[in-house]
Amino acid sequence: MAAYRQTARWGWIGYLTMLLVLVALFSLGVGGVHIPLKKVIFLLTHGRGTPDYTILFTVRLPRILLGLAVGGGLAIAGVVLQGMFRNPLVEPYTLGISGGAALGVALNIVVGGRAGLGLFSLPLSGFAGGVGVMAVVYLLSTRVAMLKLSRLLLIGVMASFITSSLIMLIMAMTRTEDLHGIIFWIMGSLQEPNIALIWVILAISLGGLLCALFYAADLNALSLGEEEAFHLGVKVERLKKVLFFLSSFVTGCCVSVSGIIGFVGLIVPHLLRLLVGGDHRILIITSYLAGAVFLILCDTLARVIMPPTELPVGVITGLLGGGVFIYALTRKGVSL
Amino acid sequence: MILEIKDISSGYGRRMVLTGVSLRIERGEFLGIIGPNGSGKTTLLRAISGFLPLVKGHITFEGRGREQITRRELAQKMAVVTQSSDQTPLFSVEEFVVLGRLPYRGNLQFMETTRDVEVAERAMELTGIGHLKKRMMGELSGGERQLVSVARAIAQEPRLLLLDEPTAHLDIGHQVQIMDLLRQLNREHSLTIVMVLHDLPLASLSCERLVLLNQGRVRKIGRPEAVLTRGVIEEVYKISVNIMKTSLKGRPLILPALGKVV
Repeated sequence: MAAYRQTARWGWIGYLTMLLVLVALFSLGVGGVHIPLKKVIFLLTHGRGTPDYTILFTVRLPRILLGLAVGGGLAIAGVVLQGMFRNPLVEPYTLGISGGAALGVALNIVVGGRAGLGLFSLPLSGFAGGVGVMAVVYLLSTRVAMLKLSRLLLIGVMASFITSSLIMLIMAMTRTEDLHGIIFWIMGSLQEPNIALIWVILAISLGGLLCALFYAADLNALSLGEEEAFHLGVKVERLKKVLFFLSSFVTGCCVSVSGIIGFVGLIVPHLLRLLVGGDHRILIITSYLAGAVFLILCDTLARVIMPPTELPVGVITGLLGGGVFIYALTRKGVSL
Repeated sequence: MILEIKDISSGYGRRMVLTGVSLRIERGEFLGIIGPNGSGKTTLLRAISGFLPLVKGHITFEGRGREQITRRELAQKMAVVTQSSDQTPLFSVEEFVVLGRLPYRGNLQFMETTRDVEVAERAMELTGIGHLKKRMMGELSGGERQLVSVARAIAQEPRLLLLDEPTAHLDIGHQVQIMDLLRQLNREHSLTIVMVLHDLPLASLSCERLVLLNQGRVRKIGRPEAVLTRGVIEEVYKISVNIMKTSLKGRPLILPALGKVV
């Protein structure tokens, strides 16, 4: 019925879904043991019990699911924040959340909290650190019950600097084996032995997607400016707070499991905006899909480029993402 | 009467910009708010729209206290065209205009309804921007963008339209195009229009009634020939002027005498 539904932009949702399926199948197939596509499909249906089946379902599939959850989650957090701040340079990490998470993990490793909480120890400390810093940033940016966005951005950037200084302080004073643990975590990885944790993160990430979609129309109004949104009947103060908590919570959960994987939350929303335009209803869905595709692809490359060494996935996202981004921006006819 | 403003004071933080402003606006009026820079024109518009809270006084909209009307309901009855409409290069014109239907959206409604699309189409036709609808906002000229902003406001189907300097930075051709459009909306669609204007000749020629603000207070209200008098303008703008009567309904034109600061 509606004319706007037929615009080509909605088609991107279909293309990216197909791309996601293809990339996931590709990622299942390649690696130390190569499993051709036909065999992957055969194994998916009747391969239970074989060694290849074990590789697929206990090694590769969990990574793909986590890539989907983290890539998609970081991308929508980026879309929401960039739309709300009307600033294309904002990403989940600009606001201090990654610094806070890394600080939490570094403290945990040094203090040796792992003994007490087991497998959930690092994710929990990362989550606590990230959300803790976000809470401080939030409280400092609120004046007379109004959330000042420019203030939030500056305080977030400063919080990032302070936490990274504290992490360096901890690293300077720590033992070598702890140092290794901290650096490994900061580089980020999709290797997560605890499958239950992966399901939790996937549920949170998909929940975040639904929640963001619920506010997509309001976010369209907010991307015109706070005053314009107010005049369109949007409850601006409440919306800003909800969106801030939504993006911090989703980022905090992603970071707590995967460590710090940069660029996804910055670049994916940006490229998708050039591709599908400013309507957040389309932008949120397509960014989620594209974030998942991008991270799964980067993780697969990280596994297969120099076997048996696995490169840090953050290196690949940075190189590939940064490169693609610069190419997109310097192409003729692209204006921001 | 559509709007009654009783003795309001408002401002930013501790700084009061408006003090004790009262104003009654009748249904179907075409009212201009004029005054020097910093006299509180935009602040008055924001106080009326509710964007700035009142420190004192109150405003009734269609007989009800404005604080009793929800944000959403108010947005269905009152639309505002602000000066900051250049921030959204990545919306197409039709996407931008249909955002005016937001106040009518159901809580769980994801897509626009057929009616939303029809209203947006009609708003684009009315403002003469139908041919631009597939273009991106970032590609438009200032004048086109202003027409698109008005179209979005009309898509809200308001009874009261507030505009903040709708002709600022536009050439004389586009100024006239916007003013003619607003007068047509006012006459044919009985839309009440209240706008801030900087340009005194334009205000004199187009508005039925003017409110002159000075230092946050109402200095004079009335027909253009009653407000734009030599004594009042020289006192408020602190320059020396000559007044010329035009053949158009005797509307006055202000001619500043250069080099003579009062």
